[in-house]
Amino acid sequence: MSDNLFTKEENDYIRKDFPLLNNREIIYMDNAATTQKPVQVMDSWRRYYDEYNANPFRGVYGLSVDATECYEDSRSAVAGFIGAGSSSEIVFTRNASESINLLASSLCDMIIKPGDEIIVSIAEHHSNFLPWQQAAKRLGAKIVFFECEEDGEFKAGKLKELINDKTKLLAITHLSNVLGRINDIKTFADICHEKDVIISVDGAQSVPHIPVDVKALDVDFLQFSGHKMLAPMGIGVLYGKGELLEKMPPYMYGGEMIETVTRDGATFAEVPHKFEAGTVNVGGAYALAEAIRYYEKTGFEKIMARERALTKAAMERIDAIEGISVIGSQNAEDHEGIITFLVDGVHPHDVAAIMDAEGVCVRAGHHCAQPLLQYLYDIREKKNTGGISTTRISLAFYNTLEEVDRMAEALAKIRPEMGIV
Amino acid sequence: MAERTFYNEVLTDHNLHPDNKYQLKDPNKVKEGVNPSCGDDIVLQLKYVDGVIEEASFVGEGCAISQASADIMINLVLGKKKEEALHLSDIFLRMIKGEATDEEIEELEEGGALQDISHMPARVKCAVLGWRTLNEILNEE
Repeated sequence: MSDNLFTKEENDYIRKDFPLLNNREIIYMDNAATTQKPVQVMDSWRRYYDEYNANPFRGVYGLSVDATECYEDSRSAVAGFIGAGSSSEIVFTRNASESINLLASSLCDMIIKPGDEIIVSIAEHHSNFLPWQQAAKRLGAKIVFFECEEDGEFKAGKLKELINDKTKLLAITHLSNVLGRINDIKTFADICHEKDVIISVDGAQSVPHIPVDVKALDVDFLQFSGHKMLAPMGIGVLYGKGELLEKMPPYMYGGEMIETVTRDGATFAEVPHKFEAGTVNVGGAYALAEAIRYYEKTGFEKIMARERALTKAAMERIDAIEGISVIGSQNAEDHEGIITFLVDGVHPHDVAAIMDAEGVCVRAGHHCAQPLLQYLYDIREKKNTGGISTTRISLAFYNTLEEVDRMAEALAKIRPEMGIV
Repeated sequence: MAERTFYNEVLTDHNLHPDNKYQLKDPNKVKEGVNPSCGDDIVLQLKYVDGVIEEASFVGEGCAISQASADIMINLVLGKKKEEALHLSDIFLRMIKGEATDEEIEELEEGGALQDISHMPARVKCAVLGWRTLNEILNEE
């Protein structure tokens, strides 16, 4: 199968759309941080500004109506992409972090009372941890951690044990940016809903790599960022079930989120507009819609087949190198393009620097997930070189098997180069 | 792209087999130096008497550059007076910015092995961590 997937014609066909991959002599394997952008997406961004730009919603003139249409059509495209019931369930933000901050402020103010509990998984990116931690402090609530097994699996049984009468919310990632393993969100959602607990899911790593359907998963909220899925930086999404979004108070105040304003007060616009204060990022939303069309044109079938074949090849190559241990599951099938590892005796920053010298871009450090790395470090009896830091490669469909080979060759040179035999 | 030859033998040797990485007995000056973004974390320990660094060691964790640099630094400043140590520190910090002369770099002996850091902006903080921490101790008075 991988023979057909990675022919030269097929690789060239995909990679011609990504100018950066052709302009720079690098192997880009930090896709979990941000992806590269296809020319179609950046052209659409430009096209918005060249042909439709005006301040949306405000103007009576045709151009402003065009800008409004660009924005609202993009919202519909996002709703369709993740299976939302209505485009009014899609709130545009700057990124997943802002989406979560919105919830931690607006939703928590509405539902959290002193003594309540918020369950957060141990594997969360700081973006899906700090907002809840601070909300809990502000409102006198308690954070409860949902811990994973050493192989990165989150077990439903453990979640059931954590939920009690005080539990109001579960915040968990669909796909950890460190472990790379898909979580069983539908099961977790069912467990939560049985006990009237709201489930909020970080989809920043899942939405770009696997089909995500909010209705099938039955999540109450989902957040993701455009820039991790081929779109420009600065546009993100919060999906929320309509009945919840409608009840929630506004997060920020300003233009276009109001109905009427008087000297003494105001009434606010309908969802989603009440959460979109100020002039919005129409160009970003328009480009995100084009990125979605790019996904639909390419098809998740092909994207996932390539990414899974690349992951399998990378796991095999890494396994064959002495002194390297993979964090989380040892099975390639449990890694959705993300492989985090330790090189025995070499600090991750040195690993990344030597890989960079070979032209391979990888991430080193704590991946904005310090609680998880501390937890895994403790499980491993603190034997890692470099404390809680690790090195991560994260693949995208435009990577190739040759790139995986070259990455592995660079990795194999590291311990000898650092004087470790 | 970074300099290919960067991880030279001097550096990897000081990283793997440091001369001065141990707990000092009864230090009278102890200071922690941290690079929060990358996790380099060292504790510099001195026996500093009448303006002279009589003994010095470090403990901690970090990348090869931070560890080797701290180890080489201690070899250089052992037995030195405050002014001499600050003089070497000044040369080292300027070398990292690419501003020291070849004659000056000679004074740093093995410290010259870190010269190429000036081409690697992402690693400057690692290389200067030990020196920065030493400066803080010496300038406390």
